[in-house]
Amino acid sequence: MELSRRDFLKASGAGVGGIFLLGALSDGVALAAPVKQIPLKKQGQEFSTICPYDGSGCGFIVTSKDGKVVNIEGDPEHPVNRGGSCAKGASMRQLSADNPWRLTKPLYRAPGASEWQPMEWDETLDRIARRIKNTRDTSFIERDSKGNIVNRTEAIANLGGSALDNEECYLLSKLARALGIVYLEHHARI
Amino acid sequence: MTNHWNDLANSDVLMAIGGNPAENHPAAFGHITIAKERGAKLISVDPRFTRTSSKADIYAPIRSGTDIAFIGGMINYILNDIESNPGNYNLTYIREYTNATFLINPDYKGPADLEGLFSGYSGSSNEIDGTKRNYNKSTWQFQRDENGIPKRDMTMKDPNCAYQLIKKHFERYTPEKVNAICGTPIDTFLEVCRTFAASGQVGKSGTILYAMGTTQHTYGAQNIRSYTILQLLLANIGIAGGGINAMRGESNVQGSTDYCLLYHIIPGYLKVPVDSDTTLAKYITRTTPTSNDPLSLNWWKNTDKYIVSLLKAWYGDNATTSNDFGFHYLPKITSGQDYSHISLFEAMNEGVIKGLMVWGQNPAVGGPNADLERTAMDKLDWMVVSDIWQTETANHWKRPGVNPAEIGTEVFLLPAKNSWEKEGSVTNSSRWMQWRYKAADGPGEAEDDLWMLDKLAKRLMQLYTDEGGPSAECINKLDWDYGDDHPDVHAVAKEINGYDLTTGKLVASFSGLKADGTTSSGNWLYCNSYVEPDAEPDAPIPGNRASRRNLDDGPFNIGLHAKWAWCWPVNRRIIYNRASVDLDGNPWDAEHPVIKWNPAKGDSGGWDGDVPDGGAAPMNQGGYYPFIMKADGLSNMFGPGMADGPLPEHYEPWEAPIDNTMSKQKNNPVFKIWRPDQQGTPDKYPIVCSTYRVCEHWQGGQMTRNMPWVIEAQPEPFCEMSEELAEEKGIANGDKVIVESARGQVKFVALVTKRFKPFKMNGSTVHQVGIIWHWGYTGLSTGDSANILTPHVGDANTMIPEYKAFLVNVRKA
Amino acid sequence: MADKAILYDASKCTACRGCQVMCKQWNENDEVIPTEENGVDSRNWGSYENPKDLSPTTWLKMRFTEVEENGQMRWLFTRQACMHCTDAGCVQVCPNGSLYHNDLGFVAYNKDTCTGCGYCIDACPFGIPRSDRNLLTGIAKMDKCTACTSQGYNRIEATAAEADAMYESWKGELIPACVKACPPGALKYGYRDTLVAEGRARVDYLKSQGRGNATLYGENELGGLHVMYVLEDSPDVYGLPVSPSISAATIAWKDVIQPVGWAVGGLAIVGLGLNWLVARANINKEAK
Repeated sequence: MELSRRDFLKASGAGVGGIFLLGALSDGVALAAPVKQIPLKKQGQEFSTICPYDGSGCGFIVTSKDGKVVNIEGDPEHPVNRGGSCAKGASMRQLSADNPWRLTKPLYRAPGASEWQPMEWDETLDRIARRIKNTRDTSFIERDSKGNIVNRTEAIANLGGSALDNEECYLLSKLARALGIVYLEHHARI
Repeated sequence: MTNHWNDLANSDVLMAIGGNPAENHPAAFGHITIAKERGAKLISVDPRFTRTSSKADIYAPIRSGTDIAFIGGMINYILNDIESNPGNYNLTYIREYTNATFLINPDYKGPADLEGLFSGYSGSSNEIDGTKRNYNKSTWQFQRDENGIPKRDMTMKDPNCAYQLIKKHFERYTPEKVNAICGTPIDTFLEVCRTFAASGQVGKSGTILYAMGTTQHTYGAQNIRSYTILQLLLANIGIAGGGINAMRGESNVQGSTDYCLLYHIIPGYLKVPVDSDTTLAKYITRTTPTSNDPLSLNWWKNTDKYIVSLLKAWYGDNATTSNDFGFHYLPKITSGQDYSHISLFEAMNEGVIKGLMVWGQNPAVGGPNADLERTAMDKLDWMVVSDIWQTETANHWKRPGVNPAEIGTEVFLLPAKNSWEKEGSVTNSSRWMQWRYKAADGPGEAEDDLWMLDKLAKRLMQLYTDEGGPSAECINKLDWDYGDDHPDVHAVAKEINGYDLTTGKLVASFSGLKADGTTSSGNWLYCNSYVEPDAEPDAPIPGNRASRRNLDDGPFNIGLHAKWAWCWPVNRRIIYNRASVDLDGNPWDAEHPVIKWNPAKGDSGGWDGDVPDGGAAPMNQGGYYPFIMKADGLSNMFGPGMADGPLPEHYEPWEAPIDNTMSKQKNNPVFKIWRPDQQGTPDKYPIVCSTYRVCEHWQGGQMTRNMPWVIEAQPEPFCEMSEELAEEKGIANGDKVIVESARGQVKFVALVTKRFKPFKMNGSTVHQVGIIWHWGYTGLSTGDSANILTPHVGDANTMIPEYKAFLVNVRKA
Repeated sequence: MADKAILYDASKCTACRGCQVMCKQWNENDEVIPTEENGVDSRNWGSYENPKDLSPTTWLKMRFTEVEENGQMRWLFTRQACMHCTDAGCVQVCPNGSLYHNDLGFVAYNKDTCTGCGYCIDACPFGIPRSDRNLLTGIAKMDKCTACTSQGYNRIEATAAEADAMYESWKGELIPACVKACPPGALKYGYRDTLVAEGRARVDYLKSQGRGNATLYGENELGGLHVMYVLEDSPDVYGLPVSPSISAATIAWKDVIQPVGWAVGGLAIVGLGLNWLVARANINKEAK
């Protein structure tokens, strides 16, 4: 996904100025740029959320319309931030699906390749499951040298969790342990 | 956090040390502002004058890595002041609620006797061989009577009692020594002592706010131990406005820790099984602390109920009494072996690890000795990364300076949804579990991690069912059914809470969990969070307490917000709150009571206020000791379980500009040294360096470096330095500078500031610089990674890397 | 008619810059990504204070000042955005009334009629307005903070009476984005009279805490500002003009030259023509 900076302007719907300028040139008269209308309240459905940045757990309100985010601001009822937001919290809307840097499809990099290539979800997941099984099965230690049952693999490592929801952390812990993974770590250690 | 964000407003003195909340927790800082409006004092202890310092009543400069000397000096000041002004302190608390009265093995010797070491050390000082660098802790243990109950001297006069040993240990930490080690001016240091010690008065509160500036040292856990001793001497644990509060840096790092995505624990902080746990019974015996003291509740005695309920949640009907509830489906580590982050990357570098899965983490930027960790990734056969963007980790094979053709790692990059494109809960620093909703669609084919994990698990279970494999039952006996299409996050949340398997109803609380296989709970700490709808009918999602939005403040108006979301354990907002009352159950601080014994409540009295640490009557009426998570029921002033000594002792960082002024033992004697050849020395690298964050960016940069607004606000990584150092090096503000350590070098913008000052100690001058670490080679805003410079050494107890104090040199680029 | 105002309390501000970014978020000032080719300085110039300057898409930025006296370090924060003066140089100098005071007392502007002449930029004693002249077309539009209340950029589009009624009944829902975003409560929005009283009380408190030079900035400056600052020290320490004033030339333009121009007639067209000429001249200059 090599994206030029101009693409960002287009994708983010921010090329407004440019479009108006073209209009202005074509008729040569309408030199005044139309007023940028921001409605009284940005219309849409409101959902409460918790900020994905630091551990304060501040509340935010996401306003979305037709599945797209139109506004995010602090949740005035939330006891931690009482409507407030820091620079990161205030910028949260740029994490939305509109941001052209967001990943939209599984990507695959073959050994030695110099570029990513898109891949379908089914194939991606099939391949990953196969890699996990192969690595686990060839490295699996059912009993250690003393004969104790240890049921582990030291050839697969797993990292991450602080950016996941609790329920995801839980399933990750459950799956990783069932696979026998012992090199299991995440942000909390570092 | 022992307490919670809103509770900071109740505090009389707040000391931020090893943390910069105005920078890194800016919205929560509002509660500090409220405290200040009430007249509270804010103390900022930091190597540089920070955004927090700008709002502080006292700013105390401290050379990075010298917290123990600083806090040790405060402890010494307070112990002396207790002698002179005992009425200013809560001696009942110290005597009745801490182990200050415990008698220690008479053979115990401390650093005052042994040149910086504790008794029981094997290996010579500054030994490198990891197998020799450890302690035999037998001489650190408590004297016990014939029933195994610790012997106590309630006068605290016995020379072998913890209180006297602590006094002897810390009397060496004089203000002059603090100045010589920390570089803090003596008058400033004494002002901090006086101001914070005032919170020791009955009815006053003081809190410590810390973050990674405390933990990221080779003695980080001992830094926190020093806070513990300080706060216990001041009777500040368990009370409103008190506590030791870890300001956690990520939205769900508290939750991910509770779910134990760490090698040494399994969900609910149960200890990880080891090779010698050949049966479930052996595991339970090894990991369950015991106490014969009838006054100690010893909560961890319930370990058997929690592990069995966990196994029932994971293996369902396949977990039976006949197979030890599937205990052997769990992997066992080799006892004593470390599998933590640094060890993990060393093993990867050795080729032991072939495959890596990464979920929303970016070790290529965030890991210590980043070049080493990136190179280690090149040796993997395969790697799976789930993230919302391309990251340096996923792109390690096309980083600057490498030839992709030579890197054989097969990489799968999975497009994830962000936090409001899916539904689920997160847990903040306050231990509040808060529910989030799906508010918008994700881009393209992005999916949430729950979906990915579900699809992968189902595929693997199918593969092992179809093809078999070693111990295939560990996988295909899993109880894994969260729906056919998209996994139902509520089903997962309910499984975590747990069920009474005889009735099929959700368990109301962990006190209902059993060791006989009739209950399940995926994480006992979260039991009580998702209950039957009729038990919590008014929640926006009935039964789901994390979804609650009731702002009712409860009976005492101390900002508990007990009906806002849900908090572990059992919605207890301030933990150890039985220490907030006297022996009769009356609050020490009548203005800010956390709990209060109400004799008129129920049949035989009960507690008002927060959920108490167990419902028993006050101590004078037959109740138990307040620190129920401790086997002996009392809080540890003296900590015999630590790897590196029962009391915190000052050592220098692995890389230090000066010798240890306190003893001959320069470094912590037991942390593991991986790469002695990569130790920088002060002749080549004379400047102390810390890494840290800025408000506008976040961690490894994944979540900010693709976002124009914050990039504009903080566009490039910088190196903060004093005007004195800049002049010495011929550097002007805004110049590009090379910062170099024994591991590598980076090019940053110089930010020359009055807010950093050289430290003057024992006649020598030590410079310190600071660098921010959010950048890497992928994304809209790119720049060098600070962690190129940091070493692969970690804390003696936790293996957290020493990011906060290492040596560098700086020159104009 | 009750004027509204914003009160900024520097003694509470931690410079987290939630206001700076939330201003962009709410006002959708997200056109420009920070690259040098987009005309935005994307380098760090040796400061926490980035970007270095206001721009047509940066209406509010926080300023950081380091002060050291007698070994005591202070890091002072203040806000740089339109002060919404009562005696507003920009309003006085605007050739066609595009800049005006709205019913709430804030300096509003109509981008439809702005010709981008840029006189307001020179006339502002605080150096606030910015213009994004397009060199090809000559089209230029002034931009600055609207207090989220001015016509066309409405967070509140209402008469003063309606706005007062909404303010009372919606309990602060309709407050400027920066104020709403401020975590430590360093920004307040409300009736100007009330805020003057609050500001004075706060200054008294700060003085009682040893801040002898604490001052309420904007109470009387330029006829009274609609953005007032509680400062812990005198304004010059923060880099603010101690006695801001509008230059004589500005007043002359508004009071003497403009009426003459209007008398000639067709000034709007002339203005546009001038605009073209200036723009073309600039293009030629750049080409050379």
